[in-house]
Amino acid sequence: MGLLSKKDAKLITDPLADNNPITIQVLGICSALAITAELKASLVMGIAVLFVLGIGNVVISLMRNIIPSKIRIIVQLIVVASLVIIVDQVLKAFAYELSKTLSVFVGLIITNCIIMGRFEAFALGNGPWKAFLDGIGNALGYAVILLAVGFFRELLGSGTLFGIPVLGDPIEKTGLYSTGYENNGFMLMPPMALIIVGLIIWVQRSRNTTLIED
Amino acid sequence: MSTNTDTNKYTILFAIGMVVIVGSLLAFTASSLKPNIKENERMEKQQNILYAMGINENGATDIKFIGTDKVAGEFSKYISKQLTVNADGSADENLEAYLIDVKKEQAKAKNGGTRALPLFVGEKDEQTFYIVPIRGKGLWDAIWGYVSLDENMVIQGAFFDHAAETPGLGANIKQRYFMDDFVGEQLLTATGEFKGITVAKGNNDPKNLTKDDYEVDALAGATITGDGVSAMIKSDLKLYLPYFKNLKNQLN
Repeated sequence: MGLLSKKDAKLITDPLADNNPITIQVLGICSALAITAELKASLVMGIAVLFVLGIGNVVISLMRNIIPSKIRIIVQLIVVASLVIIVDQVLKAFAYELSKTLSVFVGLIITNCIIMGRFEAFALGNGPWKAFLDGIGNALGYAVILLAVGFFRELLGSGTLFGIPVLGDPIEKTGLYSTGYENNGFMLMPPMALIIVGLIIWVQRSRNTTLIED
Repeated sequence: MSTNTDTNKYTILFAIGMVVIVGSLLAFTASSLKPNIKENERMEKQQNILYAMGINENGATDIKFIGTDKVAGEFSKYISKQLTVNADGSADENLEAYLIDVKKEQAKAKNGGTRALPLFVGEKDEQTFYIVPIRGKGLWDAIWGYVSLDENMVIQGAFFDHAAETPGLGANIKQRYFMDDFVGEQLLTATGEFKGITVAKGNNDPKNLTKDDYEVDALAGATITGDGVSAMIKSDLKLYLPYFKNLKNQLN
């Protein structure tokens, strides 16, 4: 990458795999469970977090020298909450349809541990550009896992991807369903997201044994 | 930056400053965007009402409202009367019944007041639709909808929406395959008693071919949202029964 120095590029690529916020740092699990029953919701959530974390990290980083350490968590919370609310209001005024899709996610973004985690662990100690890259990287790492989980849950649970039937019609018994295959309704339940995340963690750690703690 | 950021004085001043700045920023955004948001909500209501009586731009499986640019025109073209229904079944003309906030009216009824019941009468292809707004509770937050009925209280169309149901589960009440199941379902028994419709699991009728069983097929993994839909249909549509009884007497 000519645009970014090696160190900067690492800020983006690291969270995608070996320092993934969900599978390694185990942050943001709650929202990963709640919304990954379909791929579209995973994608929307990924984009929303990308936006909020990118901007939020920059804002916190710019304020890092004037934030009193005693109330820094409160300040972080206020920054992320007001960012999310402002974005939500602007969408409601100018892109109403989109804001309807996002409605559920607004609360989930504010409480997403990844955002607070990155503010606290990175943005408070680094400059705005680095903080921006770190935010983008972590949000992408989050989105990758959401999409992977969403893919399996929607495919096995509803037989669709992005709402488009890919395995045939379960009621008319066409496509794969004609062979006696059934959708697994269990995949739509939140616990299955946890199990899929667990499987991803398993695969990741057996491929890269340095990630295993004693 | 040489200021010591650890003193109590600095911390308190910072907190006050932050609250003032963030507070005014949020207040400013909220109040400057309010007219736009109100307008969007108004148009959405009209779109929902028209959707329930079958005026939409749906494709094969998707949900598409008529465009925001023409919704006001279509609304005044198709909705011939807007009424508020009284408890005895009589009705008064109300030119802006669609602005009645069902949530507030429900709260009024709960506190012992009288509830204004909005009703929209629409005409399309020589057929008359009676569109009723309903509102209830899902799993996480409010759910609501618009149901269009004929004079026998047989459902002609339904639209459901929700504030915060789980995507992929309860949020699917907003899907075509769920809403369309309601079309043709009856609310009244043969003797004219109000029975309502239950969103039922295991009714062995996934395609919803039986229209007189007072049941539609439930969504997997969305039991509480489904129960909420049944409950709001039963509680809110029931209030309109006197009106429909009167209507029948007039028509006969």
